Amino acid sequence: MASKEKAAKDKKGKAKVGADAGAVDGDPEEIRTLQQLLAAKEIVISCGSGGVGKTTTAAALAAMAAAHHGGKVLVLTVDPARRLANALGLERFGNTETRVGTEAFTAAGVEPRGELWAAMLDTKQSWDELIVRHAPDARTRDAILSNSIYANISGRFVQSHDYIAMERLYEIHSSGRYDLIVVDTPPTRNAIDFLDAPERMAEFFSSRLLRWLTAPAKNRVLSLASKPFYRVADGILGSQFLEDIAEFFGLFQTLGPGFVERAEAVTRTLSDRRTTFLVVSTLEAAPVREAEYFIRELEARGLHLGAVVLNKVLPAYLRRTATTGVARRLVGDADRAAAAVADGVGDPAAVAAVLREVGESFLNYQVIATREQEQRAELARTPDVVATVPYFDSDIADVTGLLRLGEAIWR
Amino acid sequence: MALDLLDRKLLFVTGKGGVGKTTVAAGLALLSADRGQRTLVCEVDAKGGLAGFFEATHTGFQPVELQPNLFAMSMDTEESLKEYLSLQLKLPLVARIGPLARTFDFVANAAPGVKEILTVGKLAWEVVERHYDLVVVDAVASGHIVGQLAAPKGINDLVSVGLVRNQTAWMLEVLEDPARTGVVIVAAPEEMPVNETIELAQRLRAETDVDLAAVIVNRVLPELFGRGEEELFDTLRTPERAAALGEAVDGDVGPILDAAELAVTLRRTRAAHLQTLRAGLTDVDLLYLPEVFARSTGLRFTRQVAEALDEELG
Repeated sequence: MASKEKAAKDKKGKAKVGADAGAVDGDPEEIRTLQQLLAAKEIVISCGSGGVGKTTTAAALAAMAAAHHGGKVLVLTVDPARRLANALGLERFGNTETRVGTEAFTAAGVEPRGELWAAMLDTKQSWDELIVRHAPDARTRDAILSNSIYANISGRFVQSHDYIAMERLYEIHSSGRYDLIVVDTPPTRNAIDFLDAPERMAEFFSSRLLRWLTAPAKNRVLSLASKPFYRVADGILGSQFLEDIAEFFGLFQTLGPGFVERAEAVTRTLSDRRTTFLVVSTLEAAPVREAEYFIRELEARGLHLGAVVLNKVLPAYLRRTATTGVARRLVGDADRAAAAVADGVGDPAAVAAVLREVGESFLNYQVIATREQEQRAELARTPDVVATVPYFDSDIADVTGLLRLGEAIWR
Repeated sequence: MALDLLDRKLLFVTGKGGVGKTTVAAGLALLSADRGQRTLVCEVDAKGGLAGFFEATHTGFQPVELQPNLFAMSMDTEESLKEYLSLQLKLPLVARIGPLARTFDFVANAAPGVKEILTVGKLAWEVVERHYDLVVVDAVASGHIVGQLAAPKGINDLVSVGLVRNQTAWMLEVLEDPARTGVVIVAAPEEMPVNETIELAQRLRAETDVDLAAVIVNRVLPELFGRGEEELFDTLRTPERAAALGEAVDGDVGPILDAAELAVTLRRTRAAHLQTLRAGLTDVDLLYLPEVFARSTGLRFTRQVAEALDEELG
């Protein structure tokens, strides 16, 4: 079942807001800025390797959309920094959606047109809710929830974290509660896992393994002799443990039909044209390689790459080749240069020392800025929208900071 | 230091994503090899980033010799299982597991700790067999490392019999011996990595018996100005003086002065995070790795990291 059409709200949140809104219908030809991209989409998924500022970027864009586009905007985060979580009013656990107060915007000098909401993803709780929703009867539900293996598995099974993130997104999106949902993705081991998670879940329910695991014990024993794999599994895990697993999956299987249907719907939502992906990176070798991989994978899956956001980029003036010579002369001729300005500043020798340090520091930073630029060139295929975020001199821990970051990449 | 890092046999290098785990793991391995130890560096999160630090083409499950004394490999739980089965079970059918890999994947995922055991087990095995003087692990990120290290213990509660159970005792013996095994947390002087480092240090102590060997802070910026020099620099920032300087060196010094200000700001914000880190850690060796101003992140870069670590370790 595809997600509900929300015709009623299209006119409200997505129509042209003032004269500054860009594309209205999400015509890709016209999208040149993040502002236009967010005006045209309902789901924005922020991905990239760990430590590149995915969460902050997602929150900043959600705050900007709430401030300037209006409507209800939700940022769904996985693991925000504590101070940012506090600023958004998020508890450390639980799936509650919380509204961020208007006063946080007012403090930043902005009158928001819409509402900003925030929520965390509590994997365990989300799984529990899912079991409750899909269990055929109360007895099965309770049996699963109290199963010792379930506790372990709800934290790990089939990239359960990724699956549940996508499942929750689907649930919120199809509820129609929000005009725009910006999602921060878990720092997965294999960055693309969460895209495959729904499909893998569906696959698992139809797999031979599950059939075997949930077959009556007698049949399992019979097949042991003939199936080397099962002998191996038995040898490694021990038959008692296999029994425990079998019992759990026996219960779990009763959830099958609902699960598979949902997984397919989630996959459809991801490839819907109302969904777009942002690839976030810093200009360091490893994150750039991950970003490249991501862009390729999105393309291979026919998913919409909306923008690349580059965080913590050193300022362009550090790369000026004309300044290289100046800095070298400043180091080499520090004494002469110091003589020209020492009057009223200080002891010429001390001034010269400062000039040398300043010149050398420039040359050092130029090396890094140049290295970053080379990494940027590595990003062969980029979308129409590439936004660059400068280094900020303080951590972003409140709505004011989010809006400041947002302003830097919005237009 | 009470016990030199490189005197151990097995080092798990972990930290929050993006802090430079692989950089530190590569640097430690290179330093160990340079000091004449036969060293294996193993990448666990197979993103293939390790090879670049040594300008090697590719690393796989079978170790490749990068230079005398230095070997590199990438963890692959499936390969680890096959190796383990052929060593332990003498199973002739191991080769036939191949097509069932994906199915096995599900069992491994469903059975808590199996993948972790296969990873940790392989590494501990190399130590027990004394194939190397030191095994450096570019381990999973801080969010997963406790689970990985606690797996051998955890499996005892879940699996009452079976091979896995029989295997945990000798693994724990290696892991819980501080003379042999240690965890190195890499931190960056930023808010999130600092918080995660402090939390992880506490969790390691609460949930495992694996020794926290050291915390290494990566990318520490040098102090640009000495005492009184910053005030002096500030007085240089007038348009007239900048112009006079520009005349003296025949060019625009504006960007150079801006860059100095940026350097001071970056250093200052990072210093605050370092203080938080120091305050939040008790009885752990703290090492500082300076920012490496290198053109690229190849072997030369790794060598600079190794040299900096050499100085820090003394």
